[in-house]
Amino acid sequence: MFYREAGDFKTSYRDDAQTFPIAFDRLRYYLVLAVALGVIPFMINDYWANAVIVPFLIWSIAAIGLNILMGYAGQVSLGTGGFMAVGAYATFKLMTSFPDLNIVIIVVLSGFITAGVGVLFGLPSLRIKGFYLAVATLAAQFFLIWLFNRVGWFYNYSASGQINAPERTVLGIAVTGPASPPWAQYFICLFFVLVVAWMARNLTRGSVGRSWMAIRDMDIAAEIIGVNPLKAKLTAFAVSSFFIGIAGSLFFSVYLGAVEVGEAFGIEKSFIALFAVIIGGLGSIFGSFAGAAFMVLFPVLLKNILVNGLNWPTDLAAHIQLMVIGGLIIVFLILEPHGLAALWRVIKEKLRLWPFPH
Amino acid sequence: MPEQVFFALEAAANGLMTGVLYALVALGFVLIFKASGIFNFAQGVFALFAAMTLVGFQNGQIPFAHLINAIFGTSLHHFGWNMPTVLAILCTMAVMVLLAFLVERWVLKHLVNQEPIILFMATIGLAYFLEGFGDVMWGADIKKLDVGLPQGMSSAIDEATYSLFGYGFFIDRLDVVAAVVAAMLVVALMLFSQFTKYGRALRAVADDHQAALSVGISLRFIWVMVWAIAGFVALVAGMMWGTKMGVQFSLSLIALKALPVLMLGGFTSIPGAIVGGLIIGMGEQLFEFSVGPLVGGATQNWFAYMLALVFLVFRPQGLFGEKIIERV
Amino acid sequence: MKLTRLAAVAVAATVAAGPALADLVFPSLSYRTGPYAAGGIPFADGYKDYFTLLNERDGGIGGVKIQVPECETAYNTEKGVECYESTKGGAALVYQPLSTGITYQIIPKASQDKIPVHTMGYGRTSSVNGKVFEWVFNYPANYWDGASIAIKHILDLNGGNIAGKKIALVYHNSAYGKEPIRTLEELAKKHGYEFKAIPVDHPGQEQKAQWLEIRRDRPDYVLMWGWGVMNQVAVQEAANIRFPMENFIGIWWSGSENDVRPAGEGAHGYKALNIHKTGMDFPIYDDLKKYVYDKGLAAGAGDQIGTVLYSRGMYAAVLAAEAARKAQELAGTPNINATQMRDGMEALEITAARLVELGLPEFGPAFKVTCENHGGSGEGLVQQWDAKEGKWVILTGFIASDREVIDPLIAEDSEAYAKENNIAPRCN
Repeated sequence: MFYREAGDFKTSYRDDAQTFPIAFDRLRYYLVLAVALGVIPFMINDYWANAVIVPFLIWSIAAIGLNILMGYAGQVSLGTGGFMAVGAYATFKLMTSFPDLNIVIIVVLSGFITAGVGVLFGLPSLRIKGFYLAVATLAAQFFLIWLFNRVGWFYNYSASGQINAPERTVLGIAVTGPASPPWAQYFICLFFVLVVAWMARNLTRGSVGRSWMAIRDMDIAAEIIGVNPLKAKLTAFAVSSFFIGIAGSLFFSVYLGAVEVGEAFGIEKSFIALFAVIIGGLGSIFGSFAGAAFMVLFPVLLKNILVNGLNWPTDLAAHIQLMVIGGLIIVFLILEPHGLAALWRVIKEKLRLWPFPH
Repeated sequence: MPEQVFFALEAAANGLMTGVLYALVALGFVLIFKASGIFNFAQGVFALFAAMTLVGFQNGQIPFAHLINAIFGTSLHHFGWNMPTVLAILCTMAVMVLLAFLVERWVLKHLVNQEPIILFMATIGLAYFLEGFGDVMWGADIKKLDVGLPQGMSSAIDEATYSLFGYGFFIDRLDVVAAVVAAMLVVALMLFSQFTKYGRALRAVADDHQAALSVGISLRFIWVMVWAIAGFVALVAGMMWGTKMGVQFSLSLIALKALPVLMLGGFTSIPGAIVGGLIIGMGEQLFEFSVGPLVGGATQNWFAYMLALVFLVFRPQGLFGEKIIERV
Repeated sequence: MKLTRLAAVAVAATVAAGPALADLVFPSLSYRTGPYAAGGIPFADGYKDYFTLLNERDGGIGGVKIQVPECETAYNTEKGVECYESTKGGAALVYQPLSTGITYQIIPKASQDKIPVHTMGYGRTSSVNGKVFEWVFNYPANYWDGASIAIKHILDLNGGNIAGKKIALVYHNSAYGKEPIRTLEELAKKHGYEFKAIPVDHPGQEQKAQWLEIRRDRPDYVLMWGWGVMNQVAVQEAANIRFPMENFIGIWWSGSENDVRPAGEGAHGYKALNIHKTGMDFPIYDDLKKYVYDKGLAAGAGDQIGTVLYSRGMYAAVLAAEAARKAQELAGTPNINATQMRDGMEALEITAARLVELGLPEFGPAFKVTCENHGGSGEGLVQQWDAKEGKWVILTGFIASDREVIDPLIAEDSEAYAKENNIAPRCN
């Protein structure tokens, strides 16, 4: 009944190639957009913004970035935390060096800087594959953190070694700094999420995306049919790092506001992004959102249920929470190794035939 | 400057010793990767869990005391007896075997034929689970682990080198013990895989799953066995590191120290793990000693990875890894 | 889609569990899990137990009951933010953020929300300057005081002259660990000792290179700014190279039972600074036993009582309760809000007589907080580990830090912060 193509005629190639070819799907998409733009901003408060929605949006961007690299181009990376740190520190340096520059431009520039660093650390991928590459990207993770911790220039030689985001405004409204209203933080993150998702979606179904997928499926075969592995792999690293840099930049400037590199961008961050991508589904934009939602919302939810709902001691709740999350990851992988996105696809298929499954 | 030479030698010798400790952790990874192609991220947590269980048995702690107390309002903590070390080690081994069995039963069995990255993720999930489980079972405080291993500077080496060179070398006695244990472990593993029936089956599985299945080797049994052996290796590693720094959460992070060792030595080679450990251990000590002061120190964390990265660019399968043959 | 509905349920649960507004609320952002759990458990227990005592014995503060909602941060900044946001709605009076990362995070937010923050012996050192940091307090002492106190102790041991001595600092390579470097460099200029800083990267399970360096350089004294596993390994390695433990001095976060126990006998003689006394020899424990422990109301497993970090948690609670009492007095009402609490903290005065009344004679230094000085007296003491007895022995009385050196540093750093964030100095 839902998600049916029947009666939905396309009269041009343009129509046929659109992102959501099914009318119902399109409707659902606009509905989600309408809620995101028209409802949430009016309901959001400090708790929702800082504890749930802003981190969810930022992790979505990071997950999309990592998904490009892992899901589409097949290169495993554990350096996400390090690349996010590059984005954050680039933002800090740009914010303090050019106080008049608009924050949106700064975030984009930080993305580009991260893309440069990403390409540099992507070079070994031309020789190294699989898990060896995954471990090799850890070199980026540890080295970058050490560098930002060590070289005073990156944190303007402040006594504490922390970086603080000064207040910056968009259209006269503060989006960074402690005085920024939650809805403004929400909007700036949502803006970048929409742009990034749109870019990712269109890149992955264009010729660049196809070359990535060819490399992922079998790089030697791809090379033989004329895909340039150097170009494909490095563009994947560049685009992925660009997105991750934006995520890192927002993570620092909008979400946390004050950051110490080892604590905020440690290896755990790389794992969160990795989990989000795999649980969400490799090679799926929707999956990135679903995975990020799982990694950000679920622990908060579980904590609230166990501690506030059932009144358990906080430490016991935290331990059980670890067990539940670990267990759920395993269960998810067993039930649906291709992630939440695959689950979603199955639901869609079922809905299409519903209520007459035969 | 002969003194500088001695310092460098001392740093190198200590690095070699530390390398053995890294190699001990790396061994567990290699065993599992060889037999099942799984990159077992939970190996570090295995070491932590094994060490916690060992201490728990030794001190006669009641498992899940905290949970029980929270639910039933009791205040249980200890059984009131201490277990002798040897018995505690045996009991811990039994627990690790049970753990291997359960992992196979509940996780691996359902994930046969999945892509390596999925299996890798499953082990990360397992790591999370075990972390929480270990804390619930034994509590999150720092525990002192004492299984009678010697510790501290070896006076004999200090005096011998002093009389030889006029400079006493510092060697930790625990490191010496670790080196001996690691050597014994490797020899035992070699003997096991060369000369026993199960060892041969293990090698057959490592070689080709399907061929092994077709000659009647039970894959599932081999997997349980290899995870149990990896659990035993984790127990040894946990004992060494636990003696050094107390049994606590950070013990699980030693896995991160073992990864560059793996890369360097190759995921599939037991001697590779040892040689890789030695190179990484020595390399990072010498780097910290020579270049560290120039760049502000604390380089150990990333240097190991960089070193491994450089090696890999020249040998993408690690030093001793099986050559990667790719076909279209 | 399912997730959002579940989240809504969760929020309903959060709102329902919010404390009644009439109570005094002291949120406890504890970390009973994660890599630093061993340090977080006793602190949280001590903090909670003291408030439980006040509730049970005195019916709260000024007749108003106390609530201590606990929120688990696992020492993680993002979880800390979540905890802060979820507890601040319930009329929270003061926050003890406990981790450096969470502290830096909360300082601007709390100032905006007008809730005071108390960072006792950690956090941003320059928040001593109340002219710039209106909502942040870090009495009774800070890291720079700590560095100075350690040097003073060394001066005392050497008859006031340490020119030419070698002093090394082994530090956690993070914002926290780097805190004392400036102060120690300034003091080196003043006293003429040779200073060397040796970093240990997080988490610090492998410190062989650092301790071999110390063995080669043979410094006369080693100071340590360590945290978590780094402490245990450092103490063990120091014992391994047979460094004289009485010349090895840790900051107060490197001086708990957890840090020395794993090294066993080897740790005997290790010294650490502290900002309060420790142990069970205080009359307050009679009350605690009677009203809290024996009633089965002890927080956590109840096995941390009397340890260094338990004492610290209790001390934090004592200072918070005293400030609340002062605030009630100033506001003329027992139901105070966060702004009044801040006024109380700014007017806080701890006298030796008051400590005796509280059942904690000479537990901490006597000090007074003013509008300009949010940092208290900056005094600390030196304690030494007795491995045979298994307890810390208090070696010295409270030593005052060298304000001459520290004050200009504080002024410099806080003014830089004020400039960066456009803060006009107050207290004029």
